[in-house]
Parts: sequence; structure tokens; C-alpha cells
Amino acid sequence: MLAMDYRGPKRVRAVQKPMPEIKHPQDAIVKVLRTCICGSDLHLYNGNVPDTRVGTTFGHEFVGEIVEVGSEVTKVKVGDRVIVPFNIACGECHFCRQGMYGNCHESNTEASAVGAIFGYSHTAGGYDGGQAEYARVPYANVGPTIIPEGMDLDDAVLLTDVVPTGYQAAEMAGIQTGDTVVVFGAGPIGIMAARCAWLFGAGRVIIIDQEDYRLEFARNYSYCEAYNFKEMNDPVVFIKKTTDWMGADVVIDAVGAEAAGNTMQTITGRKLLLQAGSATALHWAINSVKKGGVVSIVGVYGPTDNLIPIGNVLNKGLTIRGNQASVKRLLPRLIEHVQNGTLNPKGLITHRMPLAEVADGYRMFSAKLDNCIKTVLIP
Amino acid sequence: MENNVINTPIDPKQIPGWGVDADPKNDPTYPMRARMNVSQDPDSKHRPASLQSDNTEKLQSVERPNISAVYGTTVPPSGLSGMIRRAAFNYSENRYRHWLPLVLADRVNVVEGIIEDLAHGKVPNIFAEKGYPVEMKHNRTAFLTKMGIIGAVTAGAVVWLSSGNKKKKEVRRAARPRY
Repeated sequence: MLAMDYRGPKRVRAVQKPMPEIKHPQDAIVKVLRTCICGSDLHLYNGNVPDTRVGTTFGHEFVGEIVEVGSEVTKVKVGDRVIVPFNIACGECHFCRQGMYGNCHESNTEASAVGAIFGYSHTAGGYDGGQAEYARVPYANVGPTIIPEGMDLDDAVLLTDVVPTGYQAAEMAGIQTGDTVVVFGAGPIGIMAARCAWLFGAGRVIIIDQEDYRLEFARNYSYCEAYNFKEMNDPVVFIKKTTDWMGADVVIDAVGAEAAGNTMQTITGRKLLLQAGSATALHWAINSVKKGGVVSIVGVYGPTDNLIPIGNVLNKGLTIRGNQASVKRLLPRLIEHVQNGTLNPKGLITHRMPLAEVADGYRMFSAKLDNCIKTVLIP
Repeated sequence: MENNVINTPIDPKQIPGWGVDADPKNDPTYPMRARMNVSQDPDSKHRPASLQSDNTEKLQSVERPNISAVYGTTVPPSGLSGMIRRAAFNYSENRYRHWLPLVLADRVNVVEGIIEDLAHGKVPNIFAEKGYPVEMKHNRTAFLTKMGIIGAVTAGAVVWLSSGNKKKKEVRRAARPRY
């Protein structure tokens, strides 16, 4: 089968690989119909996630058709078209039973802090991902959710990660009616977080990035204010000023380790890897939220350390929340939002290309070429 | 401060879906509202009934008591990078001795990948693997400038290093006593 193949930092290709096999009675094999390149795939692509092995297939956003099931699979059958949540969850452990499907304890042998994620290094379990014609999907009784009749595959594939992660960013922030919400990062997740902040009753939503085309997109898609930090002397002062010098009630970090905007963070975090990525957005978030406010983190960082103003967290009495999205828990509500037209996930898609052109897809997304927001690969 | 993006006043109530998921009790939020400590969970050690079992080598975090019920089997550790990875897993995720060797192993693995390609008679098309054709197409000027700078810096470094070596050799020769 054709599959994406990681060869080293900023080097990927499409090659023929062996078909995946059933390894556990609750496994299923899925024929991939749509798969995306995610912003967090860029951390792997850039070689920033430890234990990313040459030969791995990335891809944690995919939907497909079930073509084979293990002996204990009862909830789905061959021929079903399914949304596959990006996290692999058993549904039975102490964490899954609390709805923390992104923190399953029975799917990742190689690390205890992070649950398992398809195609996201051995630190996240060592599973091949969905940027392939076929993928092995463990715990098929738990994760895969049947795509409702009439739902567009392009909407469905964004329900695997982008929509739940953006929604959970807003949910974790505990937004109260009328809150001012600032989102750092106008990538797909940030745009969706800004859109979902309104669902929780936000009174004002501001998104901040450095790419004008993304800001323009966010302003139209998420109905929010959009500002370019490159045109500010200091984004923290800008946010203070625009909130009557109080700070935002809620700030969402939807950037993570690839953040630009601070030379010292960029050099130590992205170039020299002395930090677990550049923490510029998180730094700004802590300093621009109001006293007693909430910082919600969905931007991905590496497993080591980051330089952030932790003293201000104490002095300002902040609550910091973060997690990998619990996709399975959120899917029923999000499917409703898509079906009744409240959310329009496929509106984020700007590029569609065949899986064979995966190297171009990564470069296009990474270098923000051709006004790229979201790329879908079609096997 | 100036911005290219024009922002117009927004009436939240005109936005589709505004407030449909608003909940005054949404604080503290998930997962704290469903929080359960181990003593409240009568089955906190529960595991799936079937455990995956095969001969694939897997590395186990020392912060876990066991192998998870399912696990990935892609790209088992091998070669020099595999040796480094195995050594890294002697230490917990709390230690740099775990993560820094893994980063090193990843870099070693890249070289192993090129050697493996060559051993199979395949010369990797690094230009295509890096997606340069699409960058050439959409951002030609910046791409050529970047390549020009990299080329110039590389050429400069080569020239500088060569001339430096020559001088050093001359100095050594000059310093050598003659009898």
C-alpha cells in the first residue's frame, strides 16, 4: 500500500509499505478515505519530538472504511465508514472511565505522561498513522464512530482532531457569558477555538497571529477580531490596552512549540532545542490574561522544559488548563453542531492533494505557501 | 499600532450558535467535574481482558509497571540508534538522560536511513523529499534567495577552512626545527 514515510527533519516521501495487520482482538483495519496534515505534525516533521523514528508513517487525522475486524470487535463492522479519533483509548482504564480518552493508560508503553496518538512518534505509542491507504486502528469498539448518513467526508475528517481540539480549548477555559477571549495562533486549531468560544457565550473574541492571510481568514470564518503581532510593539501591552488595562478573561494558546515572535525563544526552543519548543505564545498568554483568569493550552510542546513566567502565574492567581482533546467524549455534541449547521469544519480546507504528493503537502503547510490553512490528502 | 486587517464591531448575538453551550457551572471544567480519585474507583487497576502479544521489541517507560494492553509495532529499535534508545529507556521521563539520548538517536537514525537507502540501491531524492518543487512554484524568489545564501555560506566556509588548514600547515612547517 502507499504510505507516507518519514526520512528525517523536513524530509518525507510516499512509498509502498506492507499492509497493516490485526495485532489484537479489538483491532480493525481501516481503508483511509481522507487524511489531513495537522499543525502538530509539523513538530514531527521538523524533528522536534524525541523518538521519531525514520520509517514512521505520520497522520492522526483520518476517516475511512472498515475492511477487517478482530474477533472481539462488536461495535463496528466491515463496510462501516468511521471517524477515527486521533487518540487511541481503551475505554476501560481509570482515566478513560472519567472521560479522559486522550489520557488512556493502556495504549502507550513508551511514555506515561502522554496517551497514544496515531502516527505521532514512539513517545506517543509507536503506531503508524493514517497518511496511508490503510491503517491499523486499535480498540475499534471504543474510538471509531460511524459517520452519520449524509455527512461530507471533509467535515468528518476534521472531527477527528481540529474541531474537538478547538472546542475543548474553549471548554477548558471555562468561558462565562460575556468573557473576552484572546486566541494566540490563527492556524486551523486557533481558528476553530475562536469559533467555538462564541458557543460558550464569549462577549468578545480576538485572534492574534503573524500571517495576514490567516488573520483575514479567521476574521471571516470565526467572526472575530484579528490582529498581527508583527505590527505591535508588544502584544501583551496591546491586549491590556484593548481590555481597559485589565487583561483578557481567557487566553488560549493554540500555537505550541513552533511559535515565532521572540528571538530568544526561537533560538533556544526551535533552533538549538534547549527547550521543548519555543514558548512565546504561552509566555504572552500568561502575561496578557487578567488576574484570576484562565489560560487554556492546546498548542503542543515537547516533553522536556520551557521558559515561561511561572512567577506571574502565582502572582496573578491564574488557572492553567491543558489537555489533548477527548475526542470520543466530545463527538456526539460536535456532530450535532455540524449537522445543524452551527459549525462548518470543511470551510477550513484550502488544499486537497493526492497522498503521493505528501512531501509537497508538508512543505506547503510548513512554509505557509499559497495561503494554505488546511491540507487534505486523498489516498 | 497599525494593522492591515480591518476589524468591525461584532454583535455576539448575531453569530450562529452563540451561547448554545454556555453553562454558568462551567467552572471548574472538564476533566475536574468528572474527577474521581483512586479510592473512589473500586476498579482502578482494571485492564482490558485481552493483551496484545507478539515478538516485536518494545521499549517500556520505567514509570509504568507493565506493557500497555495494546502497543505500536512500527519501526522497532535497531542499529546504533536502537542501542542509544535502549539505553535511554533505563531512565524515567523525568530525566534528561532519557530525552537527550532519544534526540541523538533520532539524528543518528537519519544517517542510518540514508545508508539503508543506498544499501538497497536507492539514492534518496532529497530535493523532492523536502518539498522544494512546490516551494519553487509558489515562492520562487524567496526560495532561490535562500538557496543562494546557503550555497554562498557553504562555499565561504569551505574556502575559509581550506585556507586555514594551509596556513596551519605552513606554521607547523616553519616551527619545526631544522638540523
